[in-house]
Amino acid sequence: MSAIVSVNPAATQGIAALDDDVPRPRKLLAVAGLAWLGAAAAVLAWADTQEVARTDLLGTLAASLGGLLLLSWALGWIFPALARPGQWAPWLIVLATGLAAWETATAKLDLLPLPFFASPQAFLEVYTDDYPRLLDCLYHSVLLLAKGYLLGAAVGFVSGVALGWSTRIGYWVHPVLRLIGPLPATAWIPLAFFVFPTSASASVFLIALATWFPTTVLTWSGVASVQTAYYDVARTLGASQRFLVLKVAIPAALPHVFVGLFMGLGSSFAVLVVAEMLGVKSGLGWYLQWSQGWAAYANMYADLFIMALMCSTLITLLFRLRDHLLAWQKGMVQW
Amino acid sequence: MVSAALDLASEAAGATLDVQGVSHRFVLHNEILPVLHDITLRAEPGSFVALLGASGCGKSTLLRLCAGLDRPRRGRLQMDGEEITRPHPSRVIMFQDPTLFPWRTVWDNAALGLEARGELRHGRGRVDEVLSLVGLDNFRRAYPHQLSGGMAQRVSLARALVNDPRLLLLDEPLGKLDSLTRLTMQGELTRLWQQRGFTVLMVTHDVEEALLMAQRVIVFSERPARIRADLRVELPYPRRRDDPELLRLRHEALGLLGLEAIW
Repeated sequence: MSAIVSVNPAATQGIAALDDDVPRPRKLLAVAGLAWLGAAAAVLAWADTQEVARTDLLGTLAASLGGLLLLSWALGWIFPALARPGQWAPWLIVLATGLAAWETATAKLDLLPLPFFASPQAFLEVYTDDYPRLLDCLYHSVLLLAKGYLLGAAVGFVSGVALGWSTRIGYWVHPVLRLIGPLPATAWIPLAFFVFPTSASASVFLIALATWFPTTVLTWSGVASVQTAYYDVARTLGASQRFLVLKVAIPAALPHVFVGLFMGLGSSFAVLVVAEMLGVKSGLGWYLQWSQGWAAYANMYADLFIMALMCSTLITLLFRLRDHLLAWQKGMVQW
Repeated sequence: MVSAALDLASEAAGATLDVQGVSHRFVLHNEILPVLHDITLRAEPGSFVALLGASGCGKSTLLRLCAGLDRPRRGRLQMDGEEITRPHPSRVIMFQDPTLFPWRTVWDNAALGLEARGELRHGRGRVDEVLSLVGLDNFRRAYPHQLSGGMAQRVSLARALVNDPRLLLLDEPLGKLDSLTRLTMQGELTRLWQQRGFTVLMVTHDVEEALLMAQRVIVFSERPARIRADLRVELPYPRRRDDPELLRLRHEALGLLGLEAIW
């Protein structure tokens, strides 16, 4: 008997959890709150060696977070929903420790060489002082990406369906696709900036091109791999060609299409950054280049962080769209 | 206004199917593979005919030809005196696999034919009715992956019935079901046929199933398939598995298939 229990401790834990009628807040949540308060104390009480601003703001933010975590732990005894951040407690503790270590190595003890290693305060200062320019860059990046991606995805989808459906179109488009498609979109940069009237239109073209290839190939393979039995069934029931394309081929190919759209989004990010470094006057890629020119590394890191948030958000949105459209599928990858 | 159930029954009169001297072959890896040899048969309106034969003998090919999904190499197929050249919703085929569209709910799958022909606006009530006829009232919004094999095959049946077929072509429709579901659905299909009066052509390799359900059992030879025998099953429905006449016919059919030693 004891052997069985020790082999499967999770099962016994599950039973214990069922006995508790109210789940208690995790102790680690309180520890996380204290860790952030500790980090705040280190920031505020310890004199800076480097010449930095925003020490007070950084300390206040860390202290507020610590306070909030402690509060949610305390109130979690009464309202269990408030203790939900408890699942992130291990992460929060590691982050507080990381912040304290970073602060110590830079602002407090000046152990790491400037300007490559900016202090947390300097990082924060970028957002408080340069946010109008960063917002403007974010806006222009999103706009450029949206134009290029939507254009590339739309053309890619249509050409993929056409390739998969019509042998005549396939005859003409397939060789072009095979030869031109695998070429990285960035290889077209010199030509694109020369051919297009503005660098903005060249950038849209390059992003669209990067999105187009994977979307086309995957849509095509999706349409081509639809079971013929689906067509047999629909034809027997009186379906027209139009119905077979729109209501059979496309829905059946949609899981493939989304793989293509994800791949396209990934390569469109890469082209966006490169295109912005070369040809535009505002954008997160341009900001990277610009801040590097001033040796403003804190600005660069701040920009990278925004870029990461942007890309991650866009991928998340695409996942949401897929989950919505492909709700009929089971066992999908979670993001 | 008569009730919808009566409407359905009166509209669905059975069709006559005429197969005259049909031969067919496939080309597989540059080799010619004859599958059907000079098949002639006639199904009277409202009759239930089973095509019995070993796996891969060409019965399913004949069914595809009847549906109009393929054209025969030689011979003619006619429904009510009209040449079968392409698929038509008045003759619906039901496969061994339910082949439901996984992205459509049960209701939307059943409504496929009406939607494809642009008749959905007037036919919503009919979809509901057919779904309750096959006992899937409570599963209208379910997706195919949530259904059991028997339920999925019922949806497939509903998808066919919505179109008021005059000829129902069944390609081993119960072949992949578990044995209990299979017995239930044999009874349900037979009852439906009796109620609705359409003509049924059913391919099967299950001798007992053919004898329990059909009025005529046509026994095919090995490939290329020829008609070896045309057995009449003149027994009232519902039939009993242990009826002496059915047992005698079973023995005869197994003998025709070269399996008499098993009995």
